[in-house]
Amino acid sequence: MPILHFLADGVRAILRGTRAYWLWVAGLAVLVTVGLCCYAQQLMHGLVVTGLSDQVSWGFYIANFAFLVGIAAAAVLLVIPAYLHDRKDFRSVVLLGEGLAVAAVFGAMTFVLVDLGRPDRIWHVLPVLGRFNFPVSVLAWDIVVLTGYLLLNLGIPMYVLYCHYRGREPNARAYFPWIVLAIFWAISIHTVTAFLFSASSSRPFWNIALLAPRFIATAFVSGPALIILVLKAVRRFARYPFGQGVIDTLALIMGIALQISLFFVGVEIFTDFYNEGAHSASLRYLYFGLHGLGNLRPYIWTALALNVVAVVILTVRRYRRSSALLNLACVLAFTGIWLEKGMGTVIPGFIPTPLGEVFEYTPTAIELGVSLGIWALCALVFTVLAKAGIALERGDFRLADARAAGRPPKQPTG
Amino acid sequence: MSRAVSEGASGDGSGPDPVSNPARRRFLGSVAATAGCAAAGAPAAAAPAGAAAASPGPAWGGSSLRDAFGSLFQDHYQRMSKDEIDAALARIERNAKRTYGVDIHCEDTKPIPGVLFGYALNISKCQGYRDCVAACVRENNQGRDSQVQYIRVLEMDSSTRNLEESEHYYNPATVPVQGKYFMPVQCMQCENPPCVKACPVKATWKEQDGIVVIDYNWCIGCRYCMAACPYWARHFNWTDPKIPAEQVNPVTNYLGNRPRPRGVVEKCHFCSQRTRKGRQPACQEACPTGARIFGNLLDPNSEIRYVLANKKIFRLKEELGTEPKFWYFTD
Repeated sequence: MPILHFLADGVRAILRGTRAYWLWVAGLAVLVTVGLCCYAQQLMHGLVVTGLSDQVSWGFYIANFAFLVGIAAAAVLLVIPAYLHDRKDFRSVVLLGEGLAVAAVFGAMTFVLVDLGRPDRIWHVLPVLGRFNFPVSVLAWDIVVLTGYLLLNLGIPMYVLYCHYRGREPNARAYFPWIVLAIFWAISIHTVTAFLFSASSSRPFWNIALLAPRFIATAFVSGPALIILVLKAVRRFARYPFGQGVIDTLALIMGIALQISLFFVGVEIFTDFYNEGAHSASLRYLYFGLHGLGNLRPYIWTALALNVVAVVILTVRRYRRSSALLNLACVLAFTGIWLEKGMGTVIPGFIPTPLGEVFEYTPTAIELGVSLGIWALCALVFTVLAKAGIALERGDFRLADARAAGRPPKQPTG
Repeated sequence: MSRAVSEGASGDGSGPDPVSNPARRRFLGSVAATAGCAAAGAPAAAAPAGAAAASPGPAWGGSSLRDAFGSLFQDHYQRMSKDEIDAALARIERNAKRTYGVDIHCEDTKPIPGVLFGYALNISKCQGYRDCVAACVRENNQGRDSQVQYIRVLEMDSSTRNLEESEHYYNPATVPVQGKYFMPVQCMQCENPPCVKACPVKATWKEQDGIVVIDYNWCIGCRYCMAACPYWARHFNWTDPKIPAEQVNPVTNYLGNRPRPRGVVEKCHFCSQRTRKGRQPACQEACPTGARIFGNLLDPNSEIRYVLANKKIFRLKEELGTEPKFWYFTD
């Protein structure tokens, strides 16, 4: 069975690494363990260990969820040039983008899972066995699109790599329709995630048509920021070369998306504050505080400052082309969007409550620990996928070799 | 008459009174008024220390392995056979015995055909005693230390109806207060409930009599319904609800006031364990001012129909299209 050889060799690639690789994996494993310990606390005592309340019923977990869905969607920025514009330089890194998408969707789903009060009942969302409220519930839609995106981003690269492994050219006719589907699907996952919030007519802060466009625009900032940093790291540590054109194009896209994102911020501020009314209360709370309470002010002003510095770097060609400055812009924009989209979009929707109460939220150490663990898990998933993907793409393993060596396609251990 | 605001005040919580009996209600009101002079501002009903209910108990449905498995694989309420429902009810009773040391009776109370429940509240009469809140907590077995309350009474300045100006934690020495009026808010049992649309697993739905119910054994605790509700009517069990043994209300039903597990959402269900048997909801019974009118919207001779036809009425956030079955009115 060639597919078993393929999978076994993939696992072999994962288990074969330098000392630095194993140190990285071990470091991530430690963080995942920290997250597991914190989650055990949460399972034992309930969500009371978080800073959440009836007033602010979603917090840090859902904030990270929304952000990670954006990262996943942004993989499309590698897929479009690679397959639609036929850019050869993008072809060589598109697998990494898809790996990143898989890791990000996986992380996003994990963030929802840890946010559940009854994770033991997760099977209630399954068809037939459970009772899935599709197509009425937007959350049900989100589960469908995220699962679909996960499968698309696992299936397409697996097919391409499998063809390489067998020494064949992938059949474009067979996979191209799936690529097109994946492109639309990428936009859909973040749109549906935005609809999750904007569907709530009870929350004027979310209930705006601008939310989905803003989500997409900010995803095309935070996504490329992470992809650029990850690609540079892979180029350096995995000695996996690719053209500089990839980085330049991504930096350009990121700059434009950040300009649009900041424009959207301005649009929202104008619309809410020119004739300020009840609908502006959350935005006022976010930027200036309400009734003397303003926990989120540091988050949003920091986000704004980081994004403004990043947009300057990304807009000026000379700065953008400087490797160090670009790295800085990526870190700033990634952090800025993370703050803005997470703490700055999810939390203020709950403040004030629909009954006008201003009740604040601060994540607890346990929430931070669980979240850190999930982020480490994402990094681990990506590392493993990238390790196997690069080895197979480079042709380190081939079916012919496996057969010649007469290795049985055993399930490796460890 | 002016007296202390109470959250632990005692009203007559028992007695089979027919729905819509103003005389009986007024009588009860006066009983409650004389009996209720508990400490002002005590948060929720204070639980006596060292109560039997202290043990947190396992989260996954019960301490016996068989019951834990039974709960874990229990089907959706609307898909269960009569036998399965009976088994579930028996599990709930055993669980309550283990958790609280109390023999409760849990039944599956069905909607009465030809009944659609509605509520009307006279804000000219309500004086903010919060007796409804206390009675609700007792009747519906809310966790005492978790302070889940289905009713929130807002103190409003007489000049405004802006909720953002409302005081949620008002605590004067006595009510009524000059220049203020009070507006209790609870689940509106919307005809077009956003929470039901939000639920990804159909764990909450609108019953035939218009009550929006929750299957506490099916809810996955995602809390999307809480984000969707415009009335802040839904509450989550962030931890195990704890009730002192002597305060557990043993008369319960499946979709209503039975003891809830941790990690699920709950809310006002118009006291379905009472109202589906022709009794008043606990909040109405406890109200010392007679501000609350509850009844069958399909009965043209009901008191609530009289109010809707003859009083100046309004509904909260009507513009959202949720069609609440909870009206406010003034004299």
